[in-house]
Amino acid sequence: MKTRSRNIYLIPYVIWIALFVVTPILLVLYYSFFDIDGQFTFENYKKFFTPVYLKMTFSSFWYAFLITVITLFISYPTAYLLTKTKHKQLWLLLIIIPSWINLLLKAYAFIGIFGTYGAANSFLGIIGIGSKQILFTDFSFIFVSVYIFLPFMILPIFNALDELNPSLVDASNDLGASRWTTFQRVIFPLTLDGVKSGCQIVFIPALSLFMLTRLISGNRVITLGTAIEQHFLVTQDWGMGATIAVFLIIAMVLIMVLTGKRKRGIL
Amino acid sequence: MKKISKLSTIYLIVMFFILYAPIFYLMFYSFNSGETMYQFESFTLDWYKELFGNTRLLIIVLNTAIIALLSATISTILGVAGALAIYYARRRRVKNTLLSLNNVLIVSPDVIIGASFLILFTMIGIKLGFISVLLAHIAFSVPIVVIMVLPKIEEMNTSMIYAALDLGASRWNVLTKVILPYITPGIFAGFFMALTYSLDDFAVTFFVTGNGFTTLSVEIYSLARRGVSLNINALSSLLFVFTMLLVVGYYFITKRNNRPNRLGVRQ
Amino acid sequence: MKQLIRALLAVLIVSFALIVIVYRLNTAQGYTSGNTLTIFNWGDYIDEELIEKFEEETGIKVIYETFDSNEAMLTKIEQGGTSYDIAVPSEYIIDKMREEDLLLPIDHSKVPNLQYIDSRFLDLPFDHGNKYSVPYFWGTVGILYNTNILGDREITSWNDLWDPDFKNQILLVDSAREVMGMALNSLGYSLNDKDKNHLLEAKQKIDSLTPNIKAIVGDENRLLLQNEEAAIGLVWSGTAQEIMWENENVEYVVPEEGSNLWFDNMVIPKTAKNPEAAHQFINFMLDPEVAAQNTDYVGYSTPNIEALKYMDEETVNDERFYPDEEMTAKLEVYENLGKRMLAYYNDLFLEFKMHKK
Repeated sequence: MKTRSRNIYLIPYVIWIALFVVTPILLVLYYSFFDIDGQFTFENYKKFFTPVYLKMTFSSFWYAFLITVITLFISYPTAYLLTKTKHKQLWLLLIIIPSWINLLLKAYAFIGIFGTYGAANSFLGIIGIGSKQILFTDFSFIFVSVYIFLPFMILPIFNALDELNPSLVDASNDLGASRWTTFQRVIFPLTLDGVKSGCQIVFIPALSLFMLTRLISGNRVITLGTAIEQHFLVTQDWGMGATIAVFLIIAMVLIMVLTGKRKRGIL
Repeated sequence: MKKISKLSTIYLIVMFFILYAPIFYLMFYSFNSGETMYQFESFTLDWYKELFGNTRLLIIVLNTAIIALLSATISTILGVAGALAIYYARRRRVKNTLLSLNNVLIVSPDVIIGASFLILFTMIGIKLGFISVLLAHIAFSVPIVVIMVLPKIEEMNTSMIYAALDLGASRWNVLTKVILPYITPGIFAGFFMALTYSLDDFAVTFFVTGNGFTTLSVEIYSLARRGVSLNINALSSLLFVFTMLLVVGYYFITKRNNRPNRLGVRQ
Repeated sequence: MKQLIRALLAVLIVSFALIVIVYRLNTAQGYTSGNTLTIFNWGDYIDEELIEKFEEETGIKVIYETFDSNEAMLTKIEQGGTSYDIAVPSEYIIDKMREEDLLLPIDHSKVPNLQYIDSRFLDLPFDHGNKYSVPYFWGTVGILYNTNILGDREITSWNDLWDPDFKNQILLVDSAREVMGMALNSLGYSLNDKDKNHLLEAKQKIDSLTPNIKAIVGDENRLLLQNEEAAIGLVWSGTAQEIMWENENVEYVVPEEGSNLWFDNMVIPKTAKNPEAAHQFINFMLDPEVAAQNTDYVGYSTPNIEALKYMDEETVNDERFYPDEEMTAKLEVYENLGKRMLAYYNDLFLEFKMHKK
């Protein structure tokens, strides 16, 4: 019986995987073995291990890491405080709604806000720091990326916190644990799954960010996503683009295995 | 329950301020009589007036909404089935494989997804247009739903399911009476994230659309070369206010009727 | 469970209501009738009144789709599955499309208005005899600078950009051919140079420009320059014109070493369903009065010599946007470098972007 029930859930999902996941992977793999003239080659893989691409890989991971950590540090308290508010579901929705406005428009708004004559610089001027270059710096790039990923992190953490049985926290407090100990020993471990899925949905796409690297950082940050974009759309060297994508997929699988659950599935 | 401290309130206010700052910036300039999002010249409603005569834009907005709603709904159903399939997978390796395949589309840059879907659709002979865009949006929204739903299923107490089975509940009953109600918050979260993905997407839609069918983000990006006109700001502001009213209104109506029917709440 | 079903029903009902509304609107607009013409163009690159006028004159219904980059457009047409009757690519893409046999030849007998096009812009290397394409707009690549920031400092050549005074003041465009072309021109080489030593020299030259570069951006350079975010920009003349409409302090110059001359041309893709209507449309757009109206709206330079008569003199006599023969002689059109060479240009450009300050 269990086997049959499993199959029923599997069918639509496996069809989806076969059509929209396996096919693209195969296409990407296939293209990665062809050079720009359509000849079979391993050149692309060799090229990936040249300093240019290794440096790019390193910087992609570094920025994705920074973005994930900062997003997590901002999201956790937000999610926690949201669960304590009166209309918590409404507030949660209000966190998501800004992400429904077109990204390009928001990026333009940030260009305006961070610009030399923008609101951020006027503010710095008022508090006496004086005008600074904000746009086209690492700061603005990370700020806007974090801004975009925030809802994706807050949502799973919120759901995990919301499910948390308050009596556990009370019990911990009653037993004389400090607030920090309660958080460290009770709350955080119990919401770890939410944190994990939040980190996955932030870190993985952050590796292949592209639009913001141009709009907000003025191509001072080059990620693997930028390079793929260029190979597919400008050079039309699909082979090299596909090769980078292969490495991105490998990196993703590694991340999933590393952060995956050690516990075996039951039932 | 403890009341939230002042500091926490300030933290939340700052969060919401930052989240909404670019949106208010866009809205502010939609009343600008100048041409751009910079110097504010004087107040005008011209951009709004211009919108109401524009049937083409209206059709595009409606198309975008239809695609977002339908793709989010269908991908939520598929995603829940997928999450259950992953949950029921007994061997860890199968589980990891499914999860990795699931995440391929999250990590792949949009251009690659778009290009491979385009190849796929032309290969199997699907006419580019509404159907191809809908299929593509469903395809790339499924993984996010799985990621939002899976932690909820995994934290579910398995003894609940065994108990239900022991009491003679059918498989269908276990699903509808035990599992689904328990994971409802995750399902709603997945649905809203799928909506976000669909509304935000530009690159994939661009590749798989055709025959006069366009969505709002494709239209906005194609305006970039000549500068996005402020009537797009006006349009976004209207849509934003409309969504806001809808969400808040819906929340309070369901609240008053005392039917918990919201994101993050279990029945 | 109940709430899930209720939510599902609500979403489905709303979606189907919207579908009905869209269907009604489409029918009311006539998009469902048989006689349609599908145009694939850059966003906001035509005066929409002209589309209406064309529809009224001919009874053909126009479906208008947009793209944001030449390459993305090419990928879609290459892949098939679409049926665009007209597309408006830039010249180097036309060369490629012609090579890959993606275009239908244009029947010149159906486009009598071709006679109004300035002969300077006909029979160019990317399409000899204009067999496949008809000029839509043209322009140059040059330097835009802000006199408000730079004072009375004048810029006339590419080499001026390397002046240490311009530290952190220059916006480049995120495009390999333009940036490499700038360096090649400043060294006295051709824009279409294929000599690897020259290219490496050019790459070193742009590396040395790094301290002066503020950012490498895309179409948003228009907003940034207009708002005096940077003093100097490498821009297309069309962008320059638009910035000048908004900001009086900027000046546009085509550098004396020479530069690029670009075209956006109308073509008929092989997959076209209604080539007859496509010819009608091309001929319509070449009508001098129509072309003049379109030029007034778009603001780029028109190749239509008769249309100039319907436009105001100040625009027509503006040498920055309608350079004389002597100047145009110094300009080069991009040649198709071949895939390998183009990839090499892009690799160098990528390395340059990775070159940190």
